[in-house]
Amino acid sequence: MTDDLDDLKALMDSATPRPDAQRRAENLMLAQENFDALQGSRPAPRPTPRTIFSGVRTMLDTLTTKGGLTATTALVAVGLLFVTPQGQDLWQGGGTQKTIPVAERTQTTPAVEEALQNAPGNFSEGLLRADREDVGLDDFNSGFAPEVMEAPVVAFDRLSQTAPAPAAPTQAEKGVITLGSPMVGLNHADDLSATLPQTRSRAQADATFLPTPAPDIIAAPEANTEAFPEAAPNPLKITQEEPVSTFSIDVDTAAYSVVRSSLMRGQLPPKDAVRVEEMINYFPYDYPAPDAGAAPFRPTVSTMTTPWNPDTQLVHIALQGQLPAVETRPPLNLVFLIDTSGSMNDPTKLPLLRQSFLLMLDQLRPEDEVAIVTYAGSAGQVLAPTPASDRATITRALNGLGAGGSTNGVGGLEQAYLVADGMATDGEVNRVILATDGDFNVGINDPDALKDFIADKRDTGTYLSVLGFGRGNLDDATMQALAQNGNGTAAYIDTLSEAQKVLVDQLTGALFSIAGDVKIQVEWNPAQIAEYRLIGYETRALNREDFNNDKVDAGELGAGHSVTAIYEVTPVGSPAQLSDPLRYANEERTPVSDEWGFLKLRYKAPGEDVSQLITTPIAPSDAGSEAQFAAAIAGFGQLLRDDTYLGDWSYADAIALANAARGTDPFGYRSEAVQLMRLADSLSR
Amino acid sequence: MRMTTSDEDLALAAADGDRAAFSSLLDRHYDRLFAFCFRLTGARAEAEDLTQDICAALPAKLASYQRRAKVTTWLYKVAVNAAHDRRRRRATYAKATTGWGDWEINRTAANADTSRAVDWLTMAMNQLPEDLRDTLALVLDDATHAQAAEVLGVSEGTISWRISEAKKRLRAIKDMEDAG
Repeated sequence: MTDDLDDLKALMDSATPRPDAQRRAENLMLAQENFDALQGSRPAPRPTPRTIFSGVRTMLDTLTTKGGLTATTALVAVGLLFVTPQGQDLWQGGGTQKTIPVAERTQTTPAVEEALQNAPGNFSEGLLRADREDVGLDDFNSGFAPEVMEAPVVAFDRLSQTAPAPAAPTQAEKGVITLGSPMVGLNHADDLSATLPQTRSRAQADATFLPTPAPDIIAAPEANTEAFPEAAPNPLKITQEEPVSTFSIDVDTAAYSVVRSSLMRGQLPPKDAVRVEEMINYFPYDYPAPDAGAAPFRPTVSTMTTPWNPDTQLVHIALQGQLPAVETRPPLNLVFLIDTSGSMNDPTKLPLLRQSFLLMLDQLRPEDEVAIVTYAGSAGQVLAPTPASDRATITRALNGLGAGGSTNGVGGLEQAYLVADGMATDGEVNRVILATDGDFNVGINDPDALKDFIADKRDTGTYLSVLGFGRGNLDDATMQALAQNGNGTAAYIDTLSEAQKVLVDQLTGALFSIAGDVKIQVEWNPAQIAEYRLIGYETRALNREDFNNDKVDAGELGAGHSVTAIYEVTPVGSPAQLSDPLRYANEERTPVSDEWGFLKLRYKAPGEDVSQLITTPIAPSDAGSEAQFAAAIAGFGQLLRDDTYLGDWSYADAIALANAARGTDPFGYRSEAVQLMRLADSLSR
Repeated sequence: MRMTTSDEDLALAAADGDRAAFSSLLDRHYDRLFAFCFRLTGARAEAEDLTQDICAALPAKLASYQRRAKVTTWLYKVAVNAAHDRRRRRATYAKATTGWGDWEINRTAANADTSRAVDWLTMAMNQLPEDLRDTLALVLDDATHAQAAEVLGVSEGTISWRISEAKKRLRAIKDMEDAG
């Protein structure tokens, strides 16, 4: 028995990763700060016993590890960068900083001293204020004691003592790298430059120092805690027993991006991550647009022979939303609610988020307003409502975001809505955009209260959209749940080009809904259709009676968006029928109609409580290439899910079908899909 | 200089407000603490966040340190409690997804799908009930049964039973995988 345990232990020991040096240093510093705060080393609210550099020196005394030293060096390097002219050059110099020898930096020390003397008094406070609200960093007071001046020398002396000369550049380089991935101290670079006006314009207006995420090189995470909603594929239904099928539209696209990110990492996606309807609806389609003055969207029904089964038919239902004139759109009020927990500190998360939002900023109008609220790491409003034209201020706030910490202060979500309420004016569109990697610790503890809260706010007109970032901790299920309750979309941003698609190309649709609570109900004619199966929409099923109940919430259709739903149906008498006719059922039924079925749609015009009805019969007709492409994606999704209805149909068939129906593909989305099919084909072997 | 001072003396000094003592104490135990957090959570990012929670709360917890307790035992206790808090928080939010399936099952299923990328043991441990996982994490971290019993507030007999139960379940998981 003990042998067993020893094996386990050996296994476990080999699996245990080394603690991250930087996090270690941060955590130790955090603990020390809390310790000091608790010891009441500051009796008065604003005492003056210690200065920043005595703090640094204490750290040098207490932290002798490489990590601690790195962090310290980083702080000093930051000081250099901001305060000295040489530092300014470094800051601006992009990639060149790595080659500057340490000797040259040490020479700048007198300049540092001089600059420090000239610097406004609260420089240190700005530099070091961390994002954690309860940290007690106020310890670093705002004055400059005389001993400050020797500090840089102390630090560099220490550096040269500890590290042999060749190693020194590495240490210094680390300090510089810290600038790109904001960690210690840099989080409040904006505070710092607020007190140093001459650095502001360069430091903030220039966003080029952001690390560029490499979209295709995403390291596989170690253990992951991702959660996907578990839903069995819609089963085959027998028309005679259950002729009516009801569901809500789904305009989320997150599933496709998650599938892509998995395949790009060389793994087949988890089956529950594949929601076929989201994959189909990821693509723009060229469906007939509604006529002016008609309903806000236009349904088109077409049929084709099922690619994977010659004896069944696909019924393709397309809704195309109208695209109102963009020039006349109402002003937008956007509140970004941004997760700054420690796990966001990853090139595919916070930096990508920053770049994505900067992309989006260009799409906004001068009359639109933007505010930023953070939660988790730091809680609170970091940007008061600001006109979108004030790009410099918004950019600065975005660049000032730093990941770290997981303590939850005031309820981030409540505050975000409060800010949104404050911005609301009649005729404007309010939306909270939650960006996270899976930490939904937004400040409301009771899950039902959270849902109710979002739903209440939805009813008052403030909607919620959710953007997911990064892999490893992605809580797709909660993302979906929140966005559905908030009448918003859930999208997963894995690359900058995905951000381009969601936040630039399709921004109007994502932010302006033209029809609310769109529900689809199909009644199949048992005289024509023996069996049917809805492909996808598992998480969107509604009860039959919900269709006419305007109280029941459903999906929103955005401006210019299209929604596609596909049924696989088995005509009466087809050899593909899976169920045998019942022996004791009613005898021959007289066909009342040649129609296959009857499609009913309900929607509410924006701001209205009463739904309107659109109906159209379903009859055989020829589907165009747009529907063919949607069918190829439907097949692809089902292959990834390993669904049983596809028989021998393979990825190769999906590729052939998608290629044949690729159309003009102006954005290249469809070519990318074909690439993914190829990848999945190879990975599944 | 302080390397020869015992953990317990350091902890007492720290509780009295000696910041250097606190600093050396934490520095001494940080790596072990992180490793233990990893055993408790099974994921690196989670372990980093949990360690940070503990570091943030540790100064306040010092007040609860008593002379007769071993520092390692006390730290285990703090860590296990912090892990419970985190799980509870997570579970609360996970419940927000009711209607989209049971969260734990989902996560386990997702884990199962990526099992090739994930260390088998970590994944298997994630499938254990919390009490068994905590117990196993402690024992795999070289805690004695008596120490584990003290940390978790149960008897030594319970610890022994849990260990054999955990081993049984791990074996079952393994067998199931081998069969599948």
